[in-house]
Formats: sequence, structure tokens, C-alpha cells
Amino acid sequence: MENDKLEYVLRLGDNALILGQRLSAWCGYGPVLEQDIALSNIALDQLGQARMLMQYAAELKGGEATEDGMAFFRDVFDYHNLLLLELENGHWGDTVVRQFLFDTFNYFFYTELLQSADERLQSIAQKAIKEVTYHAQWSAEWVIRLGDGTEESHQKAQKSLNDLWEWTGEMFTMDELERRMVEQGIGVDVAALKTRWDDKVAEILDLATLQKPEDDWMQSGGKQGEHTEYLGYVLAEMQHLPRMYPDAQW
Amino acid sequence: MVVTEAQIWDWLAEVKDPEIPVLTVQDLGIAREVLVKEEGAVTVKITPTYSGCPAMNEIEQNIRQKLEAEGVEKVQVETILSPPWTTDWMSAEGRRKLKEYGIAPPEGSSADKKTLFGTEKKVTCPHCDSRNTKMVSQFGSTACKSLYQCQDCREPFDYFKCL
Repeated sequence: MENDKLEYVLRLGDNALILGQRLSAWCGYGPVLEQDIALSNIALDQLGQARMLMQYAAELKGGEATEDGMAFFRDVFDYHNLLLLELENGHWGDTVVRQFLFDTFNYFFYTELLQSADERLQSIAQKAIKEVTYHAQWSAEWVIRLGDGTEESHQKAQKSLNDLWEWTGEMFTMDELERRMVEQGIGVDVAALKTRWDDKVAEILDLATLQKPEDDWMQSGGKQGEHTEYLGYVLAEMQHLPRMYPDAQW
Repeated sequence: MVVTEAQIWDWLAEVKDPEIPVLTVQDLGIAREVLVKEEGAVTVKITPTYSGCPAMNEIEQNIRQKLEAEGVEKVQVETILSPPWTTDWMSAEGRRKLKEYGIAPPEGSSADKKTLFGTEKKVTCPHCDSRNTKMVSQFGSTACKSLYQCQDCREPFDYFKCL
């Protein structure tokens, strides 16, 4: 049961960490200064949430475990993030649309996690929900701007949406571990979030004059540790320094 | 050395925020609780403004240094997450100092912050007090601020957003 909780907390922490790492790569490359700063800020919030969750995971693991150990010394198969978040950043539209699809999910997810029977997860959710709400506003506004922008931005945003859609199913697919966590009142029933997510996404896409893709075959496996080729590259860059110099200090 | 909790709070009122040095950790409401145990061991509980706030480690160090410099031998700084920090905890004095520094203080209470996909908030320019201002970017130079511009005096300014 404690192992269940450890893996559950790591799944949430890995989502936050991998997305934070991906978004950090935009620092210095944003299309305009303000948006470069915006993405860096969102990345920082994600890393902050990852820290809270990994500190908790390290405590649950006990012994010598540390938050840094969790982040830097686990390999691809021990990572449990959603596949959507490890995909390459692509162009600005790809990054914005991915952010919108995930932020909207994350908003509903953390809203529910506020009710968790686990006190620590509850307080992490109280902290995270404020930041996640802000991210969701930002990415929805950008989806509207791109979709209802120029002909080119519209076409690109629609293509990003079509390309990313098959990676969204995993957010709402419950596995055994999640079912056990829900039964204990600790975890969130993500399957039950799907309608709310669909409605909100449809509302924003409508404003953005974008077509909501049909649900079809969906990619899955990230939560269970089966990843795309991309995650290895993310980890190689992120983990290089502490693996080369394990005692390195700031 | 025997210290009182009131004395510790007075010292905390001298520890500045590294990102916005006109504010102290007390103005910001980051320091939540002070506990003095027998033999003078002191525990200070602090809470982060944002979960990824890079100033937290420095704030923790600064609190420790300040109290040690005042002669407290055992200082423990603990981070707590709940209840989560809100701009409602910022003191009136803190808000005044922010405005003087050129940063618009958070307006209203955090309860009226935009709900998901709501409308933009009106903020007063800290330079000329005009309400005719426009948000330039939801995100600013630090996690706790967004970027505005005054449509009357044309000055850009930071707004300490409601959280």
C-alpha cells in the first residue's frame, strides 16, 4: 500500500518535472520577451511542484532516498509521466497547444486532489492549484490568439492540435494502481474528469475557431513506464551533471 | 540566552526578501509561526509564495543568519505548505512600501482573483494613480508579478498579482 502511494506520488512528480524540464528549453528562445518570461515562469512553477512531490516521494521511500536522487538517478523505465509531456517542444504553436491540453486537465485534476484523504497531497494541491489555474488561463488565451489569429497561425495551431490529440487519452485512462488509490480516497478518478475536460476544451477551441479532433486510437504507457524515444534525451540532458559528478554542490 | 517569541518576531521584521528588498519576510507574511522551546531553541515556520520560488533557500539562510547573529544558538527553519500563502497576508505597511518602490501592490482579496478563463483585472498605476492601465503580460520578472503599462503616464510597471 505504501508502495502504491510512492508510485502514485512519483507519477504526479514526474509529470511536473518532465514538463518543467521541457519548458525550460524555451528560455532565451521565446518569440517575444514577455512570452519567453511566461514560459520560464510556468517551467519554474512546474519544477517547484515537482520538488514538493519528490520530497514527499523520498520520504515515503525512506532510507537514504532524497528528492535529487528521485529526479537524477532514475532511468526511463522508472519514470511515470504522461507521454504527452515528454514530446519534443516543436514550434511555439505545438508547445502552446500541448500546454493548453495538459493545463486544462491539470486544473481539474488538482481541483479534485484538494479532497484527497492524504493530508500531504492535500496541502500540495492547495499550493499547486493556484499556480495551475494561472497557467491554464495563459495557455487558453494563447490557443485563442493563435487559432483566431492569421491564416498561418490558424493552420499551424490546428495541425498541432490534430498531431497532439492521440496523446491526450492517457490522461483519462485509469489503471489498477489508480483504482486502488481512488478506493482509498487518496487519488483522483481521472476517468470522471473527461467530460469536464471535453467541455472546457470545446469551449476554448470554439472561441479559437479550431476544430476539436475526434477521439480515435490513443497512445498510452507513460504512467506504467513505457515511454517514447524522446524521454531518454530529456533525461540525458537533465541528469548528465549529477551522474558525472555525483557529489557536485552549488 | 532566553528569548521571547515577540523578540524573534522583531528580528524577523529585519530580514529582507532577496527579490524585493523593500519588503521583509514579515511584511510578506512568509514567516508563519515562531516557537521557542526550553534552552532557547527556536523554530521558525515559513511558507513559500510560489512553489518554485528560487528565493526560499536564501530566505531560510537569511533568517538563520539573523537569529544566530542575535545570539540564538539553535535555529531551525521549517517549510510548511498548508495553509497556502496568499497575498491577503501581506501587511498594509508592506503594500505601502511596494507602491513606493514602483510595484503595484495586490488589489482586493485573493478571493476575487480571476476564475478559470475570466476577465482581466484593473490595476492602479503606482506612479500616477491612474486606473487606465493595461496588462502587457501575465508573467513578469519573478513568479509573483505580472507586467502592466499605464495608458496615461505610459510607464511600464510590475504588479504583484493576487494569489
